Amino acid sequence: MILALHDLALARGGRVLFENLNLRVAAGEFGVIRGRNGAGKTSLLRAIAGWLRPHAGRIAFADGVDASSSLHVIGHGDGLKGGLGVGAHVAYWAGLLGGERASVARALDQVGLAALADLPARILSRGQARRLALARLIVAPRPIWLLDEPAAGLDGDGKALLDAMIGAHCAAGGVALAALHEALGPNPDHVVQLG
Amino acid sequence: MSAILALFRRDLALAWSAGSGAAAPVGFFLGAAMLLPLSVGAERTLLGAIGAPILWIAAALASLMVLERLFQADLEEGGLDQMLLSPAPLEALAAAKAAALWVGVGLPIAAAAAPAAIALQAPPAAAGAIALGLAIGEAAFLFAGLVGAAAAASVKRAGVLIALLVLPFFAPPILFGAAAAAAAAEGAPFGPAFLLLCGTTLFALALGPIAAAAALRLQAT
Repeated sequence: MILALHDLALARGGRVLFENLNLRVAAGEFGVIRGRNGAGKTSLLRAIAGWLRPHAGRIAFADGVDASSSLHVIGHGDGLKGGLGVGAHVAYWAGLLGGERASVARALDQVGLAALADLPARILSRGQARRLALARLIVAPRPIWLLDEPAAGLDGDGKALLDAMIGAHCAAGGVALAALHEALGPNPDHVVQLG
Repeated sequence: MSAILALFRRDLALAWSAGSGAAAPVGFFLGAAMLLPLSVGAERTLLGAIGAPILWIAAALASLMVLERLFQADLEEGGLDQMLLSPAPLEALAAAKAAALWVGVGLPIAAAAAPAAIALQAPPAAAGAIALGLAIGEAAFLFAGLVGAAAAASVKRAGVLIALLVLPFFAPPILFGAAAAAAAAEGAPFGPAFLLLCGTTLFALALGPIAAAAALRLQAT
């Protein structure tokens, strides 16, 4: 077990989103969170990251796993600065998240942004910005990926890239939990239906 | 350590990248200082007496300008989430942001203060001491301002709120800084006022990042 939810309930603004959620995710497993808008998919991922206190129940990690060394979060905001270069973003994340500066070029190449490395991030399209955010996953290897609608804005190639990234991550023993509206990644080991 | 350096480098690059505009507070500082002779007239003794204190007030207001978006932008764009995922403590990351701001904005303001002080009839020999005092005082402004910027990060149009929150903390460095500048103009640059200014700056350096990190953790949840 890498990550477990015990009778978890979350509330936002005094309204309970869901209750009694139980989940045990082991190494190499891929979990998909489904639910209508407002069902609590983002809240669940933020609670696992430690940014939202559970209304009831608890979230447990395996020994040695904690947010500051083991988690990646791809959320609604890509965390980009318009005035900073595309490559500089990846170098920044490598430093901030404990990755290797040597893998910056490889990460940019893998997400298809190598040709834009020296340009400021403000010129990126919505999908390119998301590709840049995905470069975080490559430049700083971490075992648990929390992906909140990671395919938003991505084109067909981008979705194929993300699909392959999740597949390779889980095949290498990593864990991915994704809030998804479409089919993506390998065949899920867990499907959490909210709401 | 590499996380702290990475954030410092990024924020320093951003401070002078197009659109973020560290040039704006420096320009504001010089503009405000140069309005003084227009409002009080060009009488040498009067200007000489109030020139350095006015520089301190202009520097404090210019520092306020950069605080509003300091954490707000990171919070809106998702950058704060990434800082929370870093192995480096949030206190150290907050300190890195303030340090980058000090190098990118605070030091240029202090450097601009030397010619501005001479233009306002301070003795040329004292200009260096006045600029040095402002460089130290800017660190107090920015590290104390960090707390207001963090506390108001999720508030829209937070400029006025931040000003209300942090201006009381600007009082000690202004008090001792202006006194140190006056002493410098009289030829005694490193007296008690200067040491007290250093003391207030150390206070802000020690407590600002801790309080700012506590406020940021509240914002994230």
